[in-house]
Amino acid sequence: MPEIAQPFRFGSNAGQPVTRRDGIAKVTGAAAFAADTAPAGLLHALCAPAAIARGRVTHLDIARAESHPGVVRVLTPANRPFLEGDPAEKPTMFSFRIEVLQDDSVRYAGQPIAMVLAETPEAAAEGVRLLNPQYAAETPRVTLDEEAAYPVEPGGFGRPAATLHGDIEAAHGAATRALDVTYTTAPQYHNAMETHAVVAEWTGDRLHLALPSQALAMSCAAYAWFFGIPVENVTLSSPYLGGGFGSKAIPTGPQVLAILAARVLGRPVKLMLPRAQMFGPTGHRGATRQRLRLGIDDDFALTALDHDSLSETSSFDDFHEPAANASQGLYAAQALRSTHRGVRLDVGTPGPMRAPGEASGSAALECAMDEMAEQAGLDPLAFRLLNYAETEPGTGRPYSSKALRDCYRLGAERFGWAHRPLTPRQMRDAEGMLVGWGMGTALFPAPMFQAQARATLNPDGTALVETAAADMGQGAWTALAQIAADALGLPLEKVTFHSGHSSLPDGGVAGGSGHTATAGGALHAAGTDVIRQLAEIATADPASPLHGAGNARVAARDGQLFLVDDETRAEAFEAILARHGGQSLTGGGSAARPPEDAQRHAMSSHGAVFAEVKVDPELCQVRVTRLVGAFAAGRIINPRLADSQLYGGMIWGIGMALHEEAHHDPRTGRVLNADLAGYHVPVNADVTGLEVLTVHEEDPHVNILGIKGVGEIGVTGTVGAIGNAIWHATGKRIRRFPIRIEDLLAE
Amino acid sequence: MSLSITLTLNGVTRAIAFEDARVTLLDLLRDRLDLPGTKKGCDRGQCGACTVLVNGRRTTACLTLAATLEGAEVTTIEGLAPEGTLHPVQQAFIDNDAFQCGYCTPGQIMSAVGLIAEGRAGTDPERIREGMSGNICRCAAYHGITLAVQQATRSMVHPDTAAKTGDAA
Repeated sequence: MPEIAQPFRFGSNAGQPVTRRDGIAKVTGAAAFAADTAPAGLLHALCAPAAIARGRVTHLDIARAESHPGVVRVLTPANRPFLEGDPAEKPTMFSFRIEVLQDDSVRYAGQPIAMVLAETPEAAAEGVRLLNPQYAAETPRVTLDEEAAYPVEPGGFGRPAATLHGDIEAAHGAATRALDVTYTTAPQYHNAMETHAVVAEWTGDRLHLALPSQALAMSCAAYAWFFGIPVENVTLSSPYLGGGFGSKAIPTGPQVLAILAARVLGRPVKLMLPRAQMFGPTGHRGATRQRLRLGIDDDFALTALDHDSLSETSSFDDFHEPAANASQGLYAAQALRSTHRGVRLDVGTPGPMRAPGEASGSAALECAMDEMAEQAGLDPLAFRLLNYAETEPGTGRPYSSKALRDCYRLGAERFGWAHRPLTPRQMRDAEGMLVGWGMGTALFPAPMFQAQARATLNPDGTALVETAAADMGQGAWTALAQIAADALGLPLEKVTFHSGHSSLPDGGVAGGSGHTATAGGALHAAGTDVIRQLAEIATADPASPLHGAGNARVAARDGQLFLVDDETRAEAFEAILARHGGQSLTGGGSAARPPEDAQRHAMSSHGAVFAEVKVDPELCQVRVTRLVGAFAAGRIINPRLADSQLYGGMIWGIGMALHEEAHHDPRTGRVLNADLAGYHVPVNADVTGLEVLTVHEEDPHVNILGIKGVGEIGVTGTVGAIGNAIWHATGKRIRRFPIRIEDLLAE
Repeated sequence: MSLSITLTLNGVTRAIAFEDARVTLLDLLRDRLDLPGTKKGCDRGQCGACTVLVNGRRTTACLTLAATLEGAEVTTIEGLAPEGTLHPVQQAFIDNDAFQCGYCTPGQIMSAVGLIAEGRAGTDPERIREGMSGNICRCAAYHGITLAVQQATRSMVHPDTAAKTGDAA
């Protein structure tokens, strides 16, 4: 059998900044998102949300709602049809306990307490209003101080284990300088522009879903379990997600209820959550209070790094923001400890939100590092370089690759960091604004999930590649096609890519910044499998110039097979297939990280973010005026799209540092600012002077494609950099995020 | 209650009947006229995803009752350019990667078309950012959006000297 040479790592397709293949569909409005589909006979569903956070629903005016013209049915706990799956159980690895009208209790504000089905959206909205719910309310618990904290029981997803390397108390004792600070981060909500939606249609016991999903196969398994049908009876279409950010991998209660309504009423049902209902049943980033204790010796080396995070979860399920994990892999402390404690509150269950753990944890850690540098009288970058980890702290494992030094250097040069005064409040601009510069290290792990793919080479030399990947904006439609084209040795325009539908091979989970590596790895394997079959045919065919190549290395490029050692011996795919009966060739592949690879190396993307802020000395209004991020994330498949991901992540960092905070009313437990006017996210005017630099990184260990992922790392580093820049501008340490005008005025 | 209005929608004048005074322009387009390109993001006029042009002005379709539109001229993303062609703003959004998930994109594009017609921003990035700040992009493609508006402005106002990409923003 001929040996198949690996495709050239920076071949004709991958590495190129091609524009999005779904671009025309998205700029013309032709891209069909879930709620854009409208089967005949459609009913519109709308949930009634609980207006209290703890207690019971005592009355709903169902008769009044059902008498409104156009209202077809009201589902309540009293008449809710049978659901095979128990909503208190968790059918898949990434499942949460959900609310599907199983009883009259209210566990958080915004929980669905009824669902109205109507002929029009207007009638559904009026039906919900007419329900006029009455409650027996209890005092809600909505802040971290209202219950005793407990140690988080480790248990995988959302339940991080404590870690300890070295003798933390001895290390604290050996320190000549010590820091003990507490930072808080606010509850944040994903708020993808497309709210959670579903269009559900049953034919017999077959379920058809248009539903935005970051994990198509896993979602199908969950819905099959809820409705007691075989998984092959569920088809899920999710060609485009209008944003996800971690909130659309997991079935939610309202979506399950809409599907149930469709089954009971025998009509297709559409549900699109109102914006306000995105602050409850769809997950959020839980608030944290993080205590960091750092110690350094006479040489400014970290002796101890001790990170404890207190975070909220719901009264009925566990997802603790794994914030303290952020301190495990970054600085070469002699002793390291991370611990997580929890508090149960009357809120919806938190969940993974872009850079879960690392975003909150990095915010606190990078500010604490800045404070330690200040105490030591060192430049914050110099202090980080003194504590640069050459191997993973604690475990001693080598990094699969780590170009963080280059990120520091390039970012600092581009930003002009060398000109930064050491002490705060030294710089003003022409208008008298206080100017400050801060920096933070960015880090995000490079995990992989599992995926399968199929590739078919057609007799005309074109190819079809298939995997049920999810594109929530990161660019899967484009980047994955580029990877597949390289594996097949074809120009991109000859490759058709089918994705975003559950009938295709399982594309895995779009999460953890691991989707391109995983789904891309499967497509790479499938393409390579086709080329292997084609090479076997050609080398066995006396009419081929490749005949008898034996163990020589065969490679594919530009639609031809050729010998690596003698490129004059080459033949077009079409010619090989034409003599072989004109049949197409199909190959399959899969990708996952072998456990031994994960044991051998620590694998992360790294980066450095430098921020400039300007602060009005009287009004304390803060503007981020420059943000330079330098990132090393392995191989970049499409620089145009990767830059957009990194920009987006950094802008999320601006939001976390300055804007995003959900406020709970202590009396009702409701989120007071459950809309996009009150819950502030960055807008265009908030974003000036942004620059992204990517550092070339060849990683032979992380996976066959050398990909680490860029989706989440931009949030990390940025939040701390902005907080540190605000200190540098004003001399004020604000140990809470977001940093508000009133915090700066109060100090 | 049955209502009817005469509307010039994407260049075609038509009589439109609907049954409910509560119907917004957004729900009229999406649910009754099979034009789902205009998106619902908040239904409160806070996010800009539903931006369309009404009589040439940027308008949030979710805050506009359909019954108020007698005689109006409405342009949605579907009617911005003839089938098979792209408006310069649409092309500029592709060229500058001015979107990621694409959900807010129809509203961003209609808002950009309106902003350019208003002539208040020119190619000044600061004014473009301000003028586009009624349109939230949670993917935060703002950098590309600003570049795209610059590019499109240049190609529409000075088509001969238009550069392919915008200035540094």
